[in-house]
Amino acid sequence: MHGRPRKAPKPEDEAASSAKAQKLRALQTQFFTFHHNKIYTKEAVELSAKLLEINPESYTAWNYRKLAVEHYLNLPDCNPDSIKSVLDDELRVVENALRQNFKSYGAWHHRKWVLSKGHSSIDNELRLLDKFQKADSRNFHAWNYRRYVAESMKRSEQDELKYAEDMIYTNFSNYSAWHNRSVLLSALFEKKAGGFLLKEKVLPEEYEFIHQAIFTDPDDQSGWFYHLWLLDQTVTTDSPLLASSWPGHGSDVLLVGDRCYNGSAFSPFSALHSDSGSFPIVLYFNQPVGGVNSSTVTVECGFNKNEDLFWKPLSASNSQTARVWVAHLKVPSSDLHSTVEVSVGHSKGIISTRGFVYSHPSMFSFKVHVQPMERDSSQVSVAENISLREENFKVYGTQSEESIIDSFDQLIIKNGHETTASNWRFEALAKEIECFRELLSLVDCKIGKLTLARLLKAYDAMSYPFANKLVHSEEVLELYSDLMKLDPTHYQFYKDEHSIVLLQKVTSSKESLLQHCFQYKDSASSAICDPICLRLNNLSLSRMGAFEKLLWVQMLDLSHNELQSIEGLEAMQLLSCLSLRNNKLRSLTALEPLRKLKSLRILDISYNQIGDQSIDTTSSIGSRNSKMNQKLL
Amino acid sequence: MDDIPPYPPIDPTTFDLIVIGTGLPESIIAAAASTASKSVLHLDPNPFYGSHFSSLPLADLPSFLSSHSTSPSPPHSPSSDDPNEFSLLEFATRPLYSSIDISTFSPNLLDQHSRKFNLDVAGPRVLFCADKSIELLLRTGTNQYMEFKSVDATFVGDNKGNLWSVPDSRAAIFKDKSLGLVEKNKLMRFFKLVQGHLAGEQDVKISEEDLQSPFVDFLNKMGLPPKIKSFILYAIAMADYDQEDTGVCRDLLKTKDGIDQLALYNASIGRFQNASGAFLYPIYGQGELSQAFCRRAAVKGCLYVLRMPVTALLVDKDTGCYKGVRLASGQDIFSQKLILDPTFKVTLPLGSSPPLPLKEKLPFFSLKDDKGKIARGICITKTSLKPDISNFLVVYPPRSLFPEQVTSIRLLQIASNLAVCLPGMFVLYISALCNDDDQGKKLIHAVMNTLLTVPLDSESNAAVQSETAEIGSAVQDETSESSSGGPSDSGEEKPTLLWSALYSQELTLGQVDFICSTPMPDGKLNYNDLIDTTFKIFQEIYPEEEFFPETSLENPEVDGDASPET
Repeated sequence: MHGRPRKAPKPEDEAASSAKAQKLRALQTQFFTFHHNKIYTKEAVELSAKLLEINPESYTAWNYRKLAVEHYLNLPDCNPDSIKSVLDDELRVVENALRQNFKSYGAWHHRKWVLSKGHSSIDNELRLLDKFQKADSRNFHAWNYRRYVAESMKRSEQDELKYAEDMIYTNFSNYSAWHNRSVLLSALFEKKAGGFLLKEKVLPEEYEFIHQAIFTDPDDQSGWFYHLWLLDQTVTTDSPLLASSWPGHGSDVLLVGDRCYNGSAFSPFSALHSDSGSFPIVLYFNQPVGGVNSSTVTVECGFNKNEDLFWKPLSASNSQTARVWVAHLKVPSSDLHSTVEVSVGHSKGIISTRGFVYSHPSMFSFKVHVQPMERDSSQVSVAENISLREENFKVYGTQSEESIIDSFDQLIIKNGHETTASNWRFEALAKEIECFRELLSLVDCKIGKLTLARLLKAYDAMSYPFANKLVHSEEVLELYSDLMKLDPTHYQFYKDEHSIVLLQKVTSSKESLLQHCFQYKDSASSAICDPICLRLNNLSLSRMGAFEKLLWVQMLDLSHNELQSIEGLEAMQLLSCLSLRNNKLRSLTALEPLRKLKSLRILDISYNQIGDQSIDTTSSIGSRNSKMNQKLL
Repeated sequence: MDDIPPYPPIDPTTFDLIVIGTGLPESIIAAAASTASKSVLHLDPNPFYGSHFSSLPLADLPSFLSSHSTSPSPPHSPSSDDPNEFSLLEFATRPLYSSIDISTFSPNLLDQHSRKFNLDVAGPRVLFCADKSIELLLRTGTNQYMEFKSVDATFVGDNKGNLWSVPDSRAAIFKDKSLGLVEKNKLMRFFKLVQGHLAGEQDVKISEEDLQSPFVDFLNKMGLPPKIKSFILYAIAMADYDQEDTGVCRDLLKTKDGIDQLALYNASIGRFQNASGAFLYPIYGQGELSQAFCRRAAVKGCLYVLRMPVTALLVDKDTGCYKGVRLASGQDIFSQKLILDPTFKVTLPLGSSPPLPLKEKLPFFSLKDDKGKIARGICITKTSLKPDISNFLVVYPPRSLFPEQVTSIRLLQIASNLAVCLPGMFVLYISALCNDDDQGKKLIHAVMNTLLTVPLDSESNAAVQSETAEIGSAVQDETSESSSGGPSDSGEEKPTLLWSALYSQELTLGQVDFICSTPMPDGKLNYNDLIDTTFKIFQEIYPEEEFFPETSLENPEVDGDASPET
């Protein structure tokens, strides 16, 4: 079925096909007459069979046959024997149609429908499938139908696994068979069936198995797909975890009315200007979750009732699941020093999109200090005067480095409970890394490089909480740079991955992050203190990432990059000043995440490509966010 | 030769061609000449078809072997002063077999069922699904007289009794349990390189320089590990001699030839839908092939007379030209051309030289220079060497059994489903090239000792035991020190030997004859070389005729029939 060259039709073929078309047209006309007049006589039904035999794609004819079957089954003299004969007839018609076209959606669907009526021998279906799958071992229709039949007859996953394995041994270039294997194993993992209780037992064996295919023929894609699935099974923890939060645990939040805070005891990472009498609490999970509300997350403080808190998901789509959730805590306008305790998941209800329950309750607390507003300071004018010019930045001073270091660590939630359970994951990844380094020493292989990059990245991500550094980031960056050159067709994909790894590297340690932290000092400004700006400019980023480490950022400079999207930026709830100057943003739709940034006051999107391409009519952001001030220089 | 039944005289008495002996090459020539509308008389002194390519009942094999092992009976007094215009040149037979050694460990069982066995005299032999013999069978429609089954697997054996399956295809490499990942990668890349080269892809072309270099050097250059090299050289390319020891290697495989062998092997796998492996074996034994070509010839008008020895060659007194033959019945039959079984030789009168016109025809197609001998062994057992699989080939590469082993030893196990033995039994054919009988015996015994249990109570057992003692000890020492590891069938009993026949067969002609002689069974696994030689002989005697012209095809849908029954 695969790899057959197409031949130009010969004249006699063309004549035959036009004759066929004529016959088909005649049949079709007759058929529609029967169909519209709801005629289900034997002749009429037979005509539809003839039509389907020539053209199995005729959906109307399949539907007509379904109506005809219903018609016969509802006849008063209907008995089990007649039902069986009607349904057997249908199966025969489908079989003939499938002989004509193996890949007819309508035919397979009709067969499923007939089978769902009961009365048919399921064993017979399995035999038929064996025959079909021998003839075309990769036909996904047959595999889909096989899953349906196996389920109907309650055939054990182990038996089906054996069947898929035999098919793989016959020819391992069979994506359908590998896919079926992954589906069956997933089902067994879920059921925790005997022997499949633990991923850590099964996955290493599966890795061993897929290595045989990948090493034998690295050019064959089907094996790599399965490997990717295995990697996903290895890396993804079932139950969602809280990755980071703002404010961080043990931090001090200073809320000031004007732009300045007094007293250097407070870290600029957690000092916040607020003019709305509230501040956000941001929860950043490692995967999208739903069910975050005032009963699953409780906030204890002296000045606000937990029940009043409204948790909102922050996602591009308006779904009720998101990685990032935010709630705004109202503060009194008087002097205040109070402790806030946030407990996440002590009562069940937070569920990942894959259906796993948040099962590792965690708690963090921070202190809030409120300095009341000074009436006379005019914030608007200050805001307008901010200008992200080179001369206005200076490298962040060393004088308060200590406090920064402390607060940086506070941003990350440590999930100690994962350490022991993850050992096998580490081992599996380490083994895979070694294995693919070996493969790459043998052959130059793009997908091998990509896989190694993914493995190293996954390994780093898994070991980060313990090692506090990304050991392999340089190597991963090199691999992606390599791939950009080797495989120009997928340049953008590699570029995006490269950007995210680069950002993870930058945010992985205090030292590297500090190199990008600058103090904003406007010569014209009369303000006493200077806000901190994170400058990730000129890094040739095509995507933003590492948001979990950047929840604290209020001023962000992303200018002179190659950003085409700012997906995920909605997580940075404290952002008040953002420069996207000199990027490759193409449409206003790309700016969608900005809608969710309620504190954003200054935005620079000059020198992008908005409007360069086609006209974007989906939305205009400016009108919705009245406070936003497009500052075009 | 005394109890020849009286034959009615053969009529007519003049033919275009007389062929003596019904071995495979003679049978093919008879069929080809008949197809080319020549009148052919095909004679055989034996009561069966196939001569040295036949399959015989168990009881008949020893007598056949020994009848061809003695020096020719002293010729009758040359009656060269025949009254008519011919001189008579006496025929003699050349001894073909030596060191025949038959051992019976289960006399009752085997004697009573002798006829249930069809033992190949020239085993082990298989047909590659894409080799010349299959092409010839299909082209001539001869396949309609035969049925085949697939030989299911190839293994490489070691001195510990392990049989390692040969990763001979992509699926087999994937499935293989003995190769490491790196080895799998290297082997598959090598296969792809060869496939690309054969498909004429420019970027993977193997250079002419490489093609002319020894295959083993090329494999080294490709960085293939020793284990894989051994698989490719001996179990896929079927090299006979140690390719890595130029001192003993008489047939150093060139890369070009190695690649051709790989191509043949590759084309053989999966050629027929119901044949899983690369090889086929005919039901009822290899002797069926000769017989099928004889039937093909008979259909085209060839006249067959079995049990008819030929006593002398008739030569024109004046010119020295061949005229005809004198049969044992006393009748003289004349023909323009003569083809002889290689065991016949013509005794020239003492002091005379071959007649000139014939001398010119010194056949360039006779076998190559001195090639030594081939040792063959046939063993019968009641258990398969490997559970769950009955028909398979095993190759023991040079030095795999003992250090002095310089040639590959091949073993073919055939089960009763191919109608060669009693149900539940297995026939093992073993062969190895050798310089002399002793060396040959040592090679065959080395395999037998590794794989089989040889019972102690037998008539000729003493000989086997004493001979195997020396090599056996070396082999067994190693066995004991590392009997673990590998997918060996350890723990399972070795099959017990019920019956065996060991013999050496000449590969040389001794002297070059002035008559067209067909080749004798060679040391190869298939018939490719023999068919090449046969084709050349046919061209030599009928240069103007086509060898089975395409139009002679009687059954245009042969391809469907060719697939073996399973």
